[in-house]
Amino acid sequence: MKQTRREFIKNNAIAATAAAAGITIPGVTIAAEGDDGIRWDKAACRYCGTGCSVLMGVKDGKVVASQGDPDAPVNRGLNCIKGYFLPKILYGKDRLTQPLLRKTNGKYDKNGQFEAVSWDEAFKTMAEKWIEARKKGPKGIGMFGSGQWTVWEGYAAQKLLKAGFRSNSLEPNARHCMASAVGAFMRGFGIDEPMGCYDDLEHADAFVLWGANMAEMHPILWSRLTDTRLTKKGCEVHVMSTYTHRSFELSDNDIIFEPQTDLAIANYIANYIIQNKAYNQDFLDKNVNFTKTPTDIGYGLRPTDPREKAAKNAGKGKLSKISFEEYAKSVEPYTLEYTAKLSKVPAKNLERLAKVYADPNKKVSSYWTMGMNQHTRGVWVNGLVYNIHLLMGKISEPGNSPFSLTGQPSACGTAREVGTFTHRLPADLVVKKDAHCKFAEKTWKIPAGTIPRANGKTDDKDQTDISGKPMGKTLIHAVAMHRALNDGKMNTFWVMCNNNLQAAANFNDESYPGWRNPDNFITVSDPYPTVSAMGADLVLPTAMWIEKEGAYGNAERRTQFWREQVAAPGDAKSDLWQVMEFSKYVKTDDVWDAALLDANPDFKGKTLYEVLYANGQVDKFPAEQVTDDRGNKYDNHESSHFGFYAQKGLFEEYRLFNSAEGIPKKGHEMAEFGAYHKARGIRWPVVDGKETLWRFREGYDPHVAKGEGVKFYGKPDGKANIITAPYEPAAEPPDDEYPLWLCTGRVLEHWHSGSMTMRVPELRRAVPDALCYMHPKDAKKLRLRDGAKVKVVSRRGEIETRVDTRGRNKPPQGLVYVPWFDASRLINKVTLDQTDPLSKETDYKKCAVKVVKA
Amino acid sequence: MSEATENKPTNAARTMSRRQFLADTARTACGVGLLGLGIGVYSDRAGALPANALRPPGAKPEEDFLAACTRCGLCVRDCPYDMLHLGKMGDDVPLGTPYFFAREAGCEMCEDIPCVPVCPTGALDHDLTNINDSRMGLAVVSDEETCIAFLGLRCEVCFNICPIRGEAITLDKKHNERTGKHSLFIPTVHSEACTGCGKCEEACILDEAAIRVLPNHLVQGKLQAHYRKGWEEKAKAGEALVTPDTEHRYNLPEGMRYEHAGEGLIMDDADASKSDAINILNRGFGD
Amino acid sequence: MAKPFSEIGNDAIQSKGWLAAHKWLILRRVSQLGVLALFLLGPLAGIWIIKGNLSSSLLFDTVPMTEPVVFLQMLATGLVPATDAIIGVAIVAGFYFLVGGRVFCSWVCPVNMITDAAHWLRERLGIRGGARFSRNLRYWMLGMVLLLSAVTGTMAYEMFNPVSILHRGIIFGVGLAWSVVIAIFLFDFLVAKRGWCTHLCPMGGLYSVIGRYSLLKIAADKREACNDCMDCFIVCPEPQVIKPALKGAKKGLSPVILASECTNCGRCIDVCSEDVFSFGTRFNKYEKLGSEIGSAQKV
Repeated sequence: MKQTRREFIKNNAIAATAAAAGITIPGVTIAAEGDDGIRWDKAACRYCGTGCSVLMGVKDGKVVASQGDPDAPVNRGLNCIKGYFLPKILYGKDRLTQPLLRKTNGKYDKNGQFEAVSWDEAFKTMAEKWIEARKKGPKGIGMFGSGQWTVWEGYAAQKLLKAGFRSNSLEPNARHCMASAVGAFMRGFGIDEPMGCYDDLEHADAFVLWGANMAEMHPILWSRLTDTRLTKKGCEVHVMSTYTHRSFELSDNDIIFEPQTDLAIANYIANYIIQNKAYNQDFLDKNVNFTKTPTDIGYGLRPTDPREKAAKNAGKGKLSKISFEEYAKSVEPYTLEYTAKLSKVPAKNLERLAKVYADPNKKVSSYWTMGMNQHTRGVWVNGLVYNIHLLMGKISEPGNSPFSLTGQPSACGTAREVGTFTHRLPADLVVKKDAHCKFAEKTWKIPAGTIPRANGKTDDKDQTDISGKPMGKTLIHAVAMHRALNDGKMNTFWVMCNNNLQAAANFNDESYPGWRNPDNFITVSDPYPTVSAMGADLVLPTAMWIEKEGAYGNAERRTQFWREQVAAPGDAKSDLWQVMEFSKYVKTDDVWDAALLDANPDFKGKTLYEVLYANGQVDKFPAEQVTDDRGNKYDNHESSHFGFYAQKGLFEEYRLFNSAEGIPKKGHEMAEFGAYHKARGIRWPVVDGKETLWRFREGYDPHVAKGEGVKFYGKPDGKANIITAPYEPAAEPPDDEYPLWLCTGRVLEHWHSGSMTMRVPELRRAVPDALCYMHPKDAKKLRLRDGAKVKVVSRRGEIETRVDTRGRNKPPQGLVYVPWFDASRLINKVTLDQTDPLSKETDYKKCAVKVVKA
Repeated sequence: MSEATENKPTNAARTMSRRQFLADTARTACGVGLLGLGIGVYSDRAGALPANALRPPGAKPEEDFLAACTRCGLCVRDCPYDMLHLGKMGDDVPLGTPYFFAREAGCEMCEDIPCVPVCPTGALDHDLTNINDSRMGLAVVSDEETCIAFLGLRCEVCFNICPIRGEAITLDKKHNERTGKHSLFIPTVHSEACTGCGKCEEACILDEAAIRVLPNHLVQGKLQAHYRKGWEEKAKAGEALVTPDTEHRYNLPEGMRYEHAGEGLIMDDADASKSDAINILNRGFGD
Repeated sequence: MAKPFSEIGNDAIQSKGWLAAHKWLILRRVSQLGVLALFLLGPLAGIWIIKGNLSSSLLFDTVPMTEPVVFLQMLATGLVPATDAIIGVAIVAGFYFLVGGRVFCSWVCPVNMITDAAHWLRERLGIRGGARFSRNLRYWMLGMVLLLSAVTGTMAYEMFNPVSILHRGIIFGVGLAWSVVIAIFLFDFLVAKRGWCTHLCPMGGLYSVIGRYSLLKIAADKREACNDCMDCFIVCPEPQVIKPALKGAKKGLSPVILASECTNCGRCIDVCSEDVFSFGTRFNKYEKLGSEIGSAQKV
């Protein structure tokens, strides 16, 4: 026993080193020499969606110092522990500095060893594979980007795939993260992203956390929320989760609910409000439509799964109008007694929560992240929370805010606003709508009909593919991409700025076999040799964060820019450079169909680069010396390589989507490029140089005319939808064989898959391993001591780790929690690739496992 | 001695040998005594434990520990995490005795405390069966100027890693005067729960730890024996030690109340608008 | 006595062959190294037969052993030792009581190899002189060690004890323990002939006491065959113990080497070309001796 414990640690130390091939320690010590000659410039923090601003100090081409930006409104000079160590993420000892291709005897070989190659060879090899794969159809290729892409990187990739390769196989990792929130915004309000902003944190009287551990995941916002709780009389905090976590330290009302029953709780609150006639009749009359959504919609598993076959309305989400009375009736079953029993939450806690929402004099802000988004009914439950706010009219004003927080620095700015999803175009346009596509084609100066429509039809006629056959249905979401790779239907896959092999659920049965399928060619662009890079065939070294000029958009619609502050090591290039440069290797003739080219002979024989970027619009601004207002000079490697100010050109073209004449969707106005370099972020819509804090309300939002009061202008009739949806059980509840719920997530010290933070020795020392957090009684039942070595086993796979019964997360009996930052313990071998059938977002929070002694 | 010489004056050789013997004995005693003194002084000096070296769980008070520890290293061997060391010659700790430096690796606080029962002499007290009762030292936030929690940064690594979660280290939340809208999360150590395991010092992310584990006597203050904490005494007794006041009444304008020993002045009209809402809410489902 | 040191044992080698003339020496080195190896097997190979060190150890994770000098020091500090320590010391003391107290010194103690080497070199180089100590000094030392514990309340001598320092150093990491090796070596080489083990070491003192009535003894069984080559006296670390047994026939003394200081090293057996000495029990010999003495007294 004692022996094994020691060996176990030793073995895992080896495993960690071997498995991650370089969770190594930064070789560069960042010295605090004299501060003379340090050039300070601002940047948005590289990590979460909070969007703290930081100042980075550069000397002799290296970041030697950093500080929280004291003038930034979000963080006022503060950082979390990750932000404190930001400079170190640039200087991991194992930075990738040259393209690496798997080769045997000098030729590409899927089973070969990685060898250094030139960018030219890398892109030639890649282009060959991509052109070949594209012949299979638009879904033969795929690109998986990121909510950590800068705005223009996402925008350039959007153009490359949709307009260049004529494929909608573009997805961001935000699919795993924000898609449910997006779905609910679009269904409820017709326009994406929160109506409120972080200032709600100072103005609310009550805060309700619906499946968010803000204390760890949004540390700086949490310190604002905490301050309000401490300093504002009568302020209260309600925390809901399936296990006790650090946010409960501030909680006035602890609500630990049985997984999936948040659906019931939200309906109970609505029912309480209706039963007590506490709703805001005037607001409802003016601003709300009542609707219902189809039920029994399945779990986004493969269609062959019995659970999908059994679902009556698998994947359906078309709303139908109902009356208030019908809505009231739909929530009537959710009585206090029923809900308390179902959710296992004491009735008094539920009632207290309901009262806070129902009290017309309490301003309530609701916050959520992955607890509600990574949910097989994520769109539903997002909507159910909006229902509550809409019933009370507690929305779109300071302190009254349903607020979906983001996990990535530019989930909003890039993935959502640029629309790097399979079904989206910039500024909330969608490929489902012919008119939206036509607007995009016009804006991009490409022939009408180039962008593949969702159903492959333009003007009701089939779009032809390069094969001469109709395009057919073109949408493919993230989880489906892995399935398509596994099935050999998608043959090239480019993963950029994320660690999808570590992040995607069901590693053993789907992602890994998909990546290593001999028919497939996988490219991974990353600064570090991550698990994903190890699974790739071509690894492209990436210039990260402030090694390039960039822009992020945080959760409160704040767009923040930074300049290129240091050069990337070796031959590493930014994602923007990679996307644009790669487009030079592919010609329209390679990927467009003959009919399209014949109709538009000007496009014949052109490279995609010429069509997409050297289009007279993106290359409009000549390369210039980037200089700040203090006269400091900055490099811009993209400008100097391409000969024009690529970032500015892309951003200004992107801006046409939200400010040009005749745009299909209003309300996304951005300031001009230069304005962002002069401010620590500006919150859109920006109209007449003024930013918008709260949307949809007269006086706050320039799109709401005088006298209109509240107007949800994302919808044609200006009304938001209350969408009723019932409680439905989870896809894989525990049973006799697998008696425990598994919930996965993060810790404060590490960000996402740990590819950056695990390279900061101090953070690694603070939290070296992912542990299995467990209730002491469950552990005792299994005769496991704290620290015992265990296997967490599901129907799909298992990992080894140690039990923690006294750590930061305290699950109730029947649930275990394992974080996913640890590359040596891939918890996604265990998780199920279930998704919300509407948002296609993976549910990482609920599957059945057993824990056994290892 | 003189008796011996007197009694056997004739036996010169024997006298000589006896004299020799006594002289030898005295010399030996002196020599050995001096050596002993030397060893004693040396061991006294070299036997002092540096402040940052901690003993394994259950270690007796240092004096007794040095009396009982055979320097066998069995505790070191049975530590499943290999964080205990045996003082080597030249190390700054008493030779051969077990110790650990929290900054290098703290005690993992195994529930079964494997290091203790193997101690053959009880230098590690076998009565220690609950690791939470061990007192290896006491953590102290030794530098508030560099601890980034005091700057308002969200670190809390010490709090997060503490095995006596929420008891040995708590986070005192305070308003951040500088930013005006954030809160500070100040780590505060509580001696009644801290075992001195050293995980906090080990994990502290600073180049030099701002939280350290030191022997209790170097850290803890001592309140004068006469002073009692009034609120604690009251809680213990379950009632005021001195009879509470008779009811207070005040001269106040309309709409104001005064709560003795409570909120003080209360202006009722500030809450007037809320009464309707509360009435609605309190009607409950029966309506 | 004029025989050069290098020729000691040559007769035995000639008559018995080299191996037989070094049998006990080799076995003893095997034992000394074997004990070390046993202790090292755990930390180096993960095979935990014995854990700890000579001061205290645990055999097969169950049998406790405690070194008697350490134990007495502990008692002297006024501490009531735990049961394990009492059982442990009983086991160790009992063992040495049976096989000969100073078997520890010659068969187990790692310092013995150093002092033997020092002695060998000293003799080969013909170094004479230096300090002379009484062989009783070790008992004084023992007394001093215990007194020191009583006065300081700690095991003060353990800060100094070369035996435990060396053994622990080998098993747990050397540190500066090599300086002790050099110091002891130089002391025995230059300062005093067989200075440490035969004169000073308090552990040797206590083990002598423990082995006072031990069962296993060497006897000069065939003392009549002695050819007075004196080799045994020269190799013996405690030569004073041989004389009564080897030359005591006339005085009616037993051929068994009864003196407690004998370390049972067996080197006398090795170097004797006439096979005068052999291992045996004191008990049998004593019976025989008893009758001899009895008859001698009657005469």
